[in-house]
Amino acid sequence: MFETPRLRVGWRASTELMGTVLTYLAIPLAFPLLIAVYYGESVVPFVVAIAVTLALGAWFGRLGDPEADLGPREAFLAVSAIWLLVAVVGAIPFVVAGVGTIAHPVNALFESMSGLTTTGATVLEDFSIHSQSVMMWRQLIQWLGGLGILVLVTAVLSELGVGGAQLMESETQTRDVNKLTPRITQTARLIWGLYVGITLLAVTVYYALGLTLDPRMDMYNAVAHAFTSVATAGFSPEPLSVGAFHPVIQWAVVPFMVIGSTSFVLLYFFFNGDPMRLLRNEEFHFYLGALGFFSGVVALALYFDPTTRFGVEGTVRHATFNVVSIVTTTGYASVDFDLWAPAAKHMLFLCMFIGGMVGSTTCSIKSLRWLVVLKAFRRDLFTSVHPDAIRPVRVSGSPVDEDVIRDIYAYVLLSVVIFFLLTVFVVVDAERAGLRVSEFEAMGAAASTFLNIGPAFGDAGPYGTYATFPMSTRGVMIVLMWIGRIEIIPVLVLFTKAFWTS
Amino acid sequence: MHVVIIGAGEVGTAIAANLARDHEVVVVDRDPDRAERLKYELDVLTIAGDGTSLSTLETARVASTDMVIACTDDDRTNLVACGTAKVLGDAFTIARSKSTEYLRTWERDDSAFGVDFLVCTDLLTAENIVRVIGLPAAIDVDPFAGGLVQMAEFDVPEGSPVAGQTVAEADRFESLTFVGLFRDSEMILPRGDTVIEPNDRAVVIGSPESVQAFATDIAPDSTPDDADEIVIVGGSEIGHQSARLLEGLDLRPRLIERDPDRARWLAEHLPNTLVMEHDATDTEFLAREHVDEADIVVATLESDEKNLLVSVLAKRLGVDRVIAVVDSGDYVTVFEELGIDVAINPRTVTAEEITRFTYESVAENIAVLENDQAEVLELELTDNCALVGRPISELVQDIDAKFVIGAITRNRSLVTPRGDTVLRPGDHIIVFVESSFVSELAAMA
Repeated sequence: MFETPRLRVGWRASTELMGTVLTYLAIPLAFPLLIAVYYGESVVPFVVAIAVTLALGAWFGRLGDPEADLGPREAFLAVSAIWLLVAVVGAIPFVVAGVGTIAHPVNALFESMSGLTTTGATVLEDFSIHSQSVMMWRQLIQWLGGLGILVLVTAVLSELGVGGAQLMESETQTRDVNKLTPRITQTARLIWGLYVGITLLAVTVYYALGLTLDPRMDMYNAVAHAFTSVATAGFSPEPLSVGAFHPVIQWAVVPFMVIGSTSFVLLYFFFNGDPMRLLRNEEFHFYLGALGFFSGVVALALYFDPTTRFGVEGTVRHATFNVVSIVTTTGYASVDFDLWAPAAKHMLFLCMFIGGMVGSTTCSIKSLRWLVVLKAFRRDLFTSVHPDAIRPVRVSGSPVDEDVIRDIYAYVLLSVVIFFLLTVFVVVDAERAGLRVSEFEAMGAAASTFLNIGPAFGDAGPYGTYATFPMSTRGVMIVLMWIGRIEIIPVLVLFTKAFWTS
Repeated sequence: MHVVIIGAGEVGTAIAANLARDHEVVVVDRDPDRAERLKYELDVLTIAGDGTSLSTLETARVASTDMVIACTDDDRTNLVACGTAKVLGDAFTIARSKSTEYLRTWERDDSAFGVDFLVCTDLLTAENIVRVIGLPAAIDVDPFAGGLVQMAEFDVPEGSPVAGQTVAEADRFESLTFVGLFRDSEMILPRGDTVIEPNDRAVVIGSPESVQAFATDIAPDSTPDDADEIVIVGGSEIGHQSARLLEGLDLRPRLIERDPDRARWLAEHLPNTLVMEHDATDTEFLAREHVDEADIVVATLESDEKNLLVSVLAKRLGVDRVIAVVDSGDYVTVFEELGIDVAINPRTVTAEEITRFTYESVAENIAVLENDQAEVLELELTDNCALVGRPISELVQDIDAKFVIGAITRNRSLVTPRGDTVLRPGDHIIVFVESSFVSELAAMA
């Protein structure tokens, strides 16, 4: 007789939370509904989505057990499931609207997952056929995903208490959530308050510049771009992305992408009387240094490339804008960089792996990890000469725990391995479907989706679409965007036997 | 003055011995045998009992005492004893503490723990080590007058340019005074024509720069600078504090500690120190890390035996200067006889620091030299002081004194004492005195 092993996960605690989150999701869905009413468009897609999310929420709520404790395992389960469920619900308006490529459920889920994970890879082909309200939903879902849904959940649900810290930790894979206040809910609220404040500032700046310089930057576009620049997400209702606007507006977007990928905890201190904590932070220096270095190199590559003629200001602007866009994992484009010379394109490809600071809206591997890896490697070189020397790796003066260093090494290695596997899959799957995808294009698309950047090269370039990839490739990319955004571990751990039974 | 000393260990006994001459001293110790023994060694009243208990302190009449000195080996006992004493009366309380943690707390608010003065043994010892490192060939260095003046004791090595010269010849520095010589453990008050011989110990007082310059004169080939290799062996609290203080002087010492956890802890807390995790008595390791080429080795291990082993090993490898911490006062001479350049006893350092408070307001600072043959005192002169108003040359003849005035500070600036200098009220004088003459001199000021 076989006995089913006893389940060791209190999944009822997770479903309880999932139910609550789905119910609350009705509130942001009401925003595009109002836009639809304002522009006299069909409200059906959003009414259906609200109905579904409320029904699902009620159902999960009934499955859940409000008394159950949210431990580390339940938090992993809840985090992974919530990101997936919100993406599924987010896809409903696209399917119900039934216009263009995203009417297909897989494409709709791709678009929605790409939005929620702040990737910004699109399967849209013709931007003009979609309604204003659907396009705004596409922007809003990126803004919701920007800081991480679970930070938002913790900010809203004050009864979470200890569970909130557990959730935020699982979502960001940091050992200890940097608590600003004794109560985690309070911390999440402060961070979200800051996020909303910066977004409002972005709206004001874009709109003001639009009034004087460029009529295309109206209130609709100002809000749409504020959502996706501060969230370092990258969707734009314009087919030419930010390239559609006046150069000054392109410059104005750059600082908001940089702020969005700066640690929000340090930003909070910056605006509350302790600016030195940010300005003296080594990760911040490293991250700004990377932005400066790659902008410079790409600018030089463009300047010496006879096929691109932007002039001096244009060269600096396009180099800076697109490097910042890629490093911060935003994914806007000021020009079709797929047409650039290989040197510049390859530098942009390298930029995909850097990422912004830990604790920001950014994705990818993140500056802190690279900084720690580089410092640990330098330390290892030293200890190979002095085998008895004890030399802790320090970041901003404070020593980093050896266990953390090991985890970071593992994370970076795991990221690279997954990236390789996905690259091979993209090439093989394209071959199977009879499509020609070059290795570089496959690498670009793989890195861009898994590391949540957005545009890549070739068909998936900044002005292109992922719709040309086979359906199976897009399916795998959906999963990898999901895994990449919540930093691999929470999802992968669900597929281990030990998680469920021991 | 009525003084209660809690703890009759080495520190307590040394302090009691210093004070018993002029004050009524009561010593409290938990160990009845030790208390009993002390009664016959020193002219003090001893009480056997727990120094933190109210009843013992009442028996010692703490309520009406002037000063309570808690100097047991346990930090917490000392702090609680002071706190209890404050409940009973208004005595001035002095506590000895090993941990720098309590010192930091006390520095934040000096009413903390009911302690009026906290002496941190490990930190004091480390400060001593660092001062000695700063001066080549120095055995002992003490700051006076808030750092304006330094007292230093040197060994005059064979072949030193100073050896064979008279004091008048050797003393060519503007703000430096030769105050004492020790020859074969005998004290000599030098005059201008006294000849300095090799292996003498010379005591000088003067501005830190002149003392530094004199040090280079005595041993020209060992001037310390940034390029100096300093190796600290043993990550005890003294080792940790020494490394921290050296880092503060922009030096980058190396520290060897055997225990992995402690080594990691030290490495995390000492960013500019290279911490190595290894047994320092392993000669192969010492050779691999070129410890033999080090300029200075400081032994700060937990036990005297290990410190001795490491120091002798370092000397044999050819290290220029070896400084060792010696916990037991009896071994200091043994260490020095075996060729260890400087042996520092934390207990002496502590006793010195605590004793300086018992001279009340007159003496502000004190250093004890050569097993208490002589002391260096800092005195503030009062209006009706017997020393005021006459040139120093006359004073010396009149009083037939066993003392030498090494330096004078007037309105926070240094005045070098010469025969015709006239002392004024309010002056601080730093004097080298024969121990038996100390209280007489203190009474004059």
